[in-house]
Amino acid sequence: MTAYVWQVSECLLAIALAPLFAGWVGQCRAWLQNRSAPPLWQPYLVLRKLFHKDAALATDASWLFRLAPYVVFSTMVVAAAIIPSVTTDLPLARVADAIALVGLFATARVFISLAAMDVGTAFGSMGARREMMIGFLAEPALLMVLFSAFMTHGSTALPEMVEGVLDQPHIVLHPSLFFAGVAFVMVLLAENARLPVDNPSTHLELTMIHEAMILEYSARHLALLEWASWLKLFNYACIGFALFLPWGIALHGAGVGLLALAIAAVLAKLAVAGAALALFETLSAKLRLFRAPEFLTMAFLLAVLGLLVYLLLGA
Amino acid sequence: MNLASALATITPLTALLFLVASWLSIGALGLVQPNRIGWVARTLFPLGALVALAVAAMGAMSLLPGFAVQRAVLALGLPNMPFHVRLDALSGFFLLLLGSAGAGISIFAAGYFRQGEGTAPGLLCLQYHVFLASMAMVVLADDAYLFMVAWETMALSSYFLVVTQHRIPEIRRAGFLYLLMAHVGALGILLSFGVLQGGSWQMTFDAMRAAQLTPAWASAAFALALFGFGAKAGLVPLHVWLPEAHPAAPSPVSAMMSALMLKIGVYGLLRVSWDLLHAGPWWWGLLTLGLGLGTALYGAIFAAVQTDMKRLLAYSSIENIGLIFAGMGLALLCRSFDMRLLAALALAATLIHAFNHAFFKSLLFLVTGSVMHATGERSLGKLGGLIRYMPWVAALALIGSLAIAGLPPLNGFVSEWLLLQAFLQTPRIPHAFLNMIVPLGAALVALTAALAGYVMVKFYGVVFLGQPRERALEHAHDAGWLERLGLAWLALGCILIGMFPQAALDVVGRITLQLVGTAVRRGPSPWWMTPVTSSQTSYSGLWLWVGLLLAIGATFALVRRIYHGRVRRTPPWDCGYPWQTPRMQDSSEGFGQPVRHLFGPVFRMQRELPAPSDSKPHYHVQVQEHLWHRLYLPLARLVQRTAERVTILQGGRLSTYLLYSFMTLILLLVWVL
Repeated sequence: MTAYVWQVSECLLAIALAPLFAGWVGQCRAWLQNRSAPPLWQPYLVLRKLFHKDAALATDASWLFRLAPYVVFSTMVVAAAIIPSVTTDLPLARVADAIALVGLFATARVFISLAAMDVGTAFGSMGARREMMIGFLAEPALLMVLFSAFMTHGSTALPEMVEGVLDQPHIVLHPSLFFAGVAFVMVLLAENARLPVDNPSTHLELTMIHEAMILEYSARHLALLEWASWLKLFNYACIGFALFLPWGIALHGAGVGLLALAIAAVLAKLAVAGAALALFETLSAKLRLFRAPEFLTMAFLLAVLGLLVYLLLGA
Repeated sequence: MNLASALATITPLTALLFLVASWLSIGALGLVQPNRIGWVARTLFPLGALVALAVAAMGAMSLLPGFAVQRAVLALGLPNMPFHVRLDALSGFFLLLLGSAGAGISIFAAGYFRQGEGTAPGLLCLQYHVFLASMAMVVLADDAYLFMVAWETMALSSYFLVVTQHRIPEIRRAGFLYLLMAHVGALGILLSFGVLQGGSWQMTFDAMRAAQLTPAWASAAFALALFGFGAKAGLVPLHVWLPEAHPAAPSPVSAMMSALMLKIGVYGLLRVSWDLLHAGPWWWGLLTLGLGLGTALYGAIFAAVQTDMKRLLAYSSIENIGLIFAGMGLALLCRSFDMRLLAALALAATLIHAFNHAFFKSLLFLVTGSVMHATGERSLGKLGGLIRYMPWVAALALIGSLAIAGLPPLNGFVSEWLLLQAFLQTPRIPHAFLNMIVPLGAALVALTAALAGYVMVKFYGVVFLGQPRERALEHAHDAGWLERLGLAWLALGCILIGMFPQAALDVVGRITLQLVGTAVRRGPSPWWMTPVTSSQTSYSGLWLWVGLLLAIGATFALVRRIYHGRVRRTPPWDCGYPWQTPRMQDSSEGFGQPVRHLFGPVFRMQRELPAPSDSKPHYHVQVQEHLWHRLYLPLARLVQRTAERVTILQGGRLSTYLLYSFMTLILLLVWVL
């Protein structure tokens, strides 16, 4: 029973913390770029504002356009319920293993791309095309990363992977997981519309990908999509922690004290990861669109290399 | 004998033979009043659908635990070569596939076929049902003779269906190419059976099972079968007929060919390689796996750049067939190292994928039929925005598109997941080279699956979303109720298999038990799929559905309840640009551009770019396959040239011919003496 309570609270925690994480990254970026930073809770203010507005829908928008934000948000919520961010004692984690998780992200991507094409504007379909291009290059790379982890742990279930690393901490120093880790960071950047693939703060029309897709959305629909994209970043960060830095995550049968410690650990890791992300984004320039495939091919090859290294060395 | 005891003697096999006969008679009844659409389409096709459902039920019965293999000898065929039929789990599974997907197609066809489209409806009805019946007979056949007769009937009836609109020259050409490839493939199969009988000159499959072939001959039989069945299934480089024949045929026929007939090719190879040859050395598996993976990637890349919606789906079929062959190759590979559980897993993934593909691909082909009837257009460049005019078709097509893109929680994901799980277990293969190279196949499977998502966003987005690209599209109408019913049946299949994957795994477990000797590991609960061990991996389609629906419902309720549902309709924003026209959206060429760019060398492209000074700028791009120009055309020229040389022998003078006969006689005499 307590497991179910933790299942729900972990999911709610992810939903609640995701905007905070986005706010933290934004704040770090502002500091690094010598700008005065918006408050940490800026994303919550944005959500509040958006939820209160009247939705302005394009005249030709169909039901798919209105349905997509709910679907995208829900897939991210379900993904958050599956990823062991605080505890591995999750009854729902077995519903979908890591491969299914990648599938869930793909479902969200396909829905948002379809919604972008729905109104039939030039930018919408351009964004959808680019998003799907990034997607079909990033998805195999992500799967390869997970396969490397599978080879090491012998399981595609994320909780098992967490427990595997906690049992034998030296595993993360294996060369195969090192390659996988680098590839994972590259995929994270590409999939979450971060620099150097896409610029989250751009409205420069010809370079945008994610922004181009949600251009026609407003009010509650936009709020859900923004929230979903923050949740996606949060989820990716938590997958990364689960695979490579699982320390602090509470195991089966942990008491409330350990769980509180686990939450503190997640917060600390997110703070560091957010700052690192902001630093990386400040230091890198956006790639031309057709350099992005090279970036992702590199991620894919690194991940495949990790797999090969594992098969050769057994480590 | 009273009725009850008479009924008790009916076995599934006799019932199936009766059902096949009723398909044939339904077809023949079409000739009674060949031009009355009310009779042919509204009466006979629904009857055919009922028969299909019965076939599916009989097929399902053979998959029940405790079913014993049934055989019979028919009083048909040559005097001392009667037809043998046999029903086992493998044929039962393919009958289930044929019947359940075929029922949906037949219901749709009942609403689809109309007058004035080439062949008279009655004749079409005959060809259609002969096609269905011949596919059922291929699956039931238990000797090479009946198999080849049914196989050729299948090829010929489908040829006539492809050239329904025979007045159009392109369609006649496509039909010819199909017929040619079908016969080249059939030759391979015939030769393979010739090798398989192993000197016993018995044509029954029982004799072939018992025949002791040397490894070299067994490999020859396998290679010939791979060639023959690969040509039917659409394995690269034998796939060239698919993108020509599928667009040429009427949509229900394309659906049948793609969803059902390609699977019969898969069945043939399964029957020969697993049942008749009892699997073989590891390189059979590696060859099949390599060809399959290559085919899958090739199909996906080409599907992404197509501009005709049926050609796009044809290439997507090639991709899926590639995945099916990859799974089959992996199973053969594992079987050769006696890793039976893993072989069973790969084979289960293969079979479930074949079943899934039958459902979503027929759904999408039928959707193109509805779109063509509503708009008269097949080219993606002239469609768009149909979700507003055809809401039913659009909603059902969305299910099919998501399923074929391999997205959870639908059925396409289930088989893809199983296939990836099988690949992940391959490092345990006790062979130093293979256990390194084979896991990398998972990378190709992942890339193919991701590309399939791209292709389906393109297909669905360009056809159903956006602004209509032509004025005439605004008069498009939704499909009739029979068509919708057919589509809904197939969509329901996609959802149900996605929800209850363990049930599908249990069903194909009967076949893996027959062919590999073991079934995939089964968890304690029917709602969870745990094919390896429960700690290693698990997936529950049902719970994922519940979770997603709950999350969507809760989000919707909270957002609408706490805040409001107020909506204002405005013109599209598009960064403040007010002069939007439908021409500014991505065309299908535009959407495929990243793939054309990334995989440039794979395509043979002819591009006409506009000059800066053009008053009417015009852009034209045509994408073709290298294979056609580098392999098929040279081959055709070679055949042509050889034929010309051979004609020298035929001088047309009687005396020369007499000389030939005389020379032959002398030679024979010399040889005998």
